[in-house]
Amino acid sequence: MIEVLNFGLAALILGLAVWTIVAREAPAAVVGFIVYGLLLTLVWLQLHGIDVALTEAAIGGGLTGVLLISAAVRLRSTETTARAQRSSASTRWLAAALSAAVTGALAICVLALPEPAPTLAPQVLANIAVTEVGNPITAVLLAFRAMDTLLEAIVLLFALIGVWSLAPDRAWGGRPGPLQQADPNGMLDYVARVLPPIGIVAGIYIFWIGADHPGGKFQGATILAAMWLLVMMAGLADAPPISRRWLRWLLVAGPLAFIAVGVLGAITAGAFLSYPLGHAKTLILVIEFALMPTLTLVLGLMLLGAPLRGEAP
Amino acid sequence: MTAATLFGLCAAALIGVGLFGLIVNPHPLRKILAFNVVGSGVFLLFGAIARRGAAAGMGGDPVPQALLITGIVVAFSATALAVALLLRLFDVSGSVTLSSDVPAKTGNDAGAH
Amino acid sequence: MKLLLELWTIVAVIAGAFFFFAGTVGLLRFPDSLTRLHALSKADNLGLGLVVLGLLPQVDSVSAGLKIVGIWLLVLLSGATAAQWIARTLRQSGPDS
Repeated sequence: MIEVLNFGLAALILGLAVWTIVAREAPAAVVGFIVYGLLLTLVWLQLHGIDVALTEAAIGGGLTGVLLISAAVRLRSTETTARAQRSSASTRWLAAALSAAVTGALAICVLALPEPAPTLAPQVLANIAVTEVGNPITAVLLAFRAMDTLLEAIVLLFALIGVWSLAPDRAWGGRPGPLQQADPNGMLDYVARVLPPIGIVAGIYIFWIGADHPGGKFQGATILAAMWLLVMMAGLADAPPISRRWLRWLLVAGPLAFIAVGVLGAITAGAFLSYPLGHAKTLILVIEFALMPTLTLVLGLMLLGAPLRGEAP
Repeated sequence: MTAATLFGLCAAALIGVGLFGLIVNPHPLRKILAFNVVGSGVFLLFGAIARRGAAAGMGGDPVPQALLITGIVVAFSATALAVALLLRLFDVSGSVTLSSDVPAKTGNDAGAH
Repeated sequence: MKLLLELWTIVAVIAGAFFFFAGTVGLLRFPDSLTRLHALSKADNLGLGLVVLGLLPQVDSVSAGLKIVGIWLLVLLSGATAAQWIARTLRQSGPDS
């Protein structure tokens, strides 16, 4: 019975991917992509990756979908000219042959994977008690491979700086996104007043419970960023100008705290980002608390895009 | 066929479909969309490999899964940067073509939209 | 007692699945957007509600059950506001969609 479910899911996902590629209008393709992301969440559940399922639902389906659909609506007028530039039949045949070759090569690799599968799970289990967290993925993210998480936070900041650098001259250092008018009788106003308290509790809960159960700061920060974006989209709050000092301090606080903990580890425990025995949980909590506002702001601001309005309100 | 093998093959097909869309679609936003399909196919392939590493009481190897979470977040930031570049190109030149023989909008971008 | 709970789960989940099926058929077959919205909100409210009611005997703790009911209420909220919003936009744009 489970095999039927898996086959059905795989067929649906392939169908939706094909729809995303061949759909005529860009908004329709993006909606197909959002549904594809949500179905991929179910696939992750079947593959026993619950933390990855949470991340895929939140960021892969949710945030990427919002980003792409707002871009698709803004670029609506360019679709007809782009369609006139369709590639020739020979290019399409070559592309199809190349895609088929890549798929075939990968399928052969999947079928030829070594048996028994190499795995690091026993080593994680053997060493997880020292990190004082119960969720093995949190232990990997913040203790065994903390360097990856630090570099990821810095990469996110670089991407945000890249997005900000695309502001036109008149809007340099200004507010991102268009000004939204609050409509007190509108549905968006109602949702933006009712949902954020629930969303904030849910986001903090998912962040806090990530220590011992599936969850974590990325998923929690995504929910908090989504609530912030909802409030801004309803016109109840305006996007902050990106030249504000408090904004920039909050953005760098996360990676700075992370690096500070790393240097502290280098001094007291012998290597960068190693934790002294008995203090692992405390230091992990410090890193997570410092990274939460950073991640929330980064995810929200990256979605808003480059500043379009000058600083004067 | 185990779930891991099935979804590994599905991921290979997704990468192929996305690659076709990336090459063939002329509109850059559709190319970004196809690139995201390729990315999610790669993540799914990695996840199938993680599932095969189930041992020691866990449903899947936690190290690849942690790397996947990092990968999904970084892929979103790459998409955000690409979309910002595309919107800036649209603001400056009025069209999103990547070919070089379309004249740019006369005047600077101070009066864009 | 256990058999009764299992039977309740099966019956309620199948009933919920029927409402989802009916909602999908309505989405595909109804003539215009307002009637399709009507069909979809049936799937949201009744379908998901029956599935949640059917799953309640299977949870391990009261807090897990409350979480499932909370999820249903959140889906109700978002589905209702989305349907209202779409309907309002459709009415404002005139009877041409």
